[in-house]
Amino acid sequence: MRNEEFENEEIEQEVEVESEKERKVVIPGEVIVKGHDYLPGENTEKRGDSIVALRYGLAEEFRGLVKVIPLSGIYTPRRGNVVLGIVSNLTFNGWVIDVGAPDRAFLPLMEVPRFVNKNDIAEVMDIGDAVAVKIWSVKRRSIDLSIKSRGLGKLEDGMIFKINPNKVPRVIGREGSMVSLIKEETGCNITVGQNGYIWIKGEKVEDEILAKNAIMFITERSFVSGLTDKVKEWFDKQK
Amino acid sequence: MAKEKSSDKESGFKRPDGRKVDELRPMSAKVGVVPNADGSAMFQFGNTIAIAAVYGPKEMHPQHSQNPQRGELRCTYNMLSFSVTERIKPGMSRRSQEISKITEWALKPVVMIDNFPSTVIDVHIQIIQADASTRCAGINAAALALAHAGVPMKGLVSSVSIGKLDKQLVVDVNKEEEDWEEGEGATDIPITLTSDGKLTHIQLDGKISTKQLKEAVELAKKATEKIYEVQKKALKDSVDLGK
Repeated sequence: MRNEEFENEEIEQEVEVESEKERKVVIPGEVIVKGHDYLPGENTEKRGDSIVALRYGLAEEFRGLVKVIPLSGIYTPRRGNVVLGIVSNLTFNGWVIDVGAPDRAFLPLMEVPRFVNKNDIAEVMDIGDAVAVKIWSVKRRSIDLSIKSRGLGKLEDGMIFKINPNKVPRVIGREGSMVSLIKEETGCNITVGQNGYIWIKGEKVEDEILAKNAIMFITERSFVSGLTDKVKEWFDKQK
Repeated sequence: MAKEKSSDKESGFKRPDGRKVDELRPMSAKVGVVPNADGSAMFQFGNTIAIAAVYGPKEMHPQHSQNPQRGELRCTYNMLSFSVTERIKPGMSRRSQEISKITEWALKPVVMIDNFPSTVIDVHIQIIQADASTRCAGINAAALALAHAGVPMKGLVSSVSIGKLDKQLVVDVNKEEEDWEEGEGATDIPITLTSDGKLTHIQLDGKISTKQLKEAVELAKKATEKIYEVQKKALKDSVDLGK
């Protein structure tokens, strides 16, 4: 379909800025800090005079705001996220897409920028097809999708696999540095969805497998600092 | 285990395996044992081993069980056919249904799933080796697995069984003690507490005085502190910060 014009650089990705601050592993119910000088941030709660973690993850404190960065857990959809999903059902006015969130995501027929025969929407996308979409809105119990931006649409050929969505920021790297390194080294086209689905398309299957192995290498070492250099070393060893 | 330790100094009570009355069996715990689950954990009390796997939050099926106000917790406890000396029939039994429900109630107060309406979190507990206190090992493993799955929780829960052998209270009963026949026989009291000492589950199967029941809860409080340390260590050690 539109694979030739797939330019992944166009896709905005939410990149978590890596800080070199001291982090510690916390478990639910564990007191992170004591005293009234702190404010509870994401995944934390104030109990008495202490800030308590509510999720298993890494605790971080920045200017008195304490938060926990989760290490595990399912994907929480956010507006504007680019995600990859699998078509799970067809309806009379669109597609139901599984994006790995607890709620179902819906892609309306109106989103497709060309004429579609309403009686045969399977012609555009059928059950089981992979698709790159953007989250348009997150409502209670439902997610609306869009494919009107550039780089979005049905994914043909290549391979798709899933990683822990909490490790996506590491795979992308600071301002996309990690993913562009992998693209350079393997010559593959890569799209990383915020929901942990990754699509790789290369000229040869070998290239695609190399890119996949590189991503697996990153997810296994997601806490190591200076990971980009380590990935470079890893690529040199593979040759 | 050392035979010299076999009698407790204060009471002169002898446990079959030579433990002190307030001594737990050697424990071990590990998270991430089921790679395909969203979270998983193993918990072991001596020869009792439980494995818990957590899936979700995901859409609740069947649809009529969906709760639009909050998410639900669904536990299944199962003893594998080879977990005991005499092979047991696989599948759900009256006993396993009861324990599944009990586990659910023991965990529910700490799990914060109000923000996931119409969803369910599935917790599957498998007992791969049984030597009494299986429900306690199961609850401990399930609490670990839920935390490992990234489910928001107020805290962890730790569970231990307190036994009354004749008139003596002991911590963490094993199969041999569960079948105690001397004097008043054996009474088993599984107790679950949160890390800040609040009770989420207590069961009593037999006879006990109110005074002794209070003592049992106090014993459980001390024992669960030790269990909590094991659980905490298992979760913390699974992260390699590369230092």
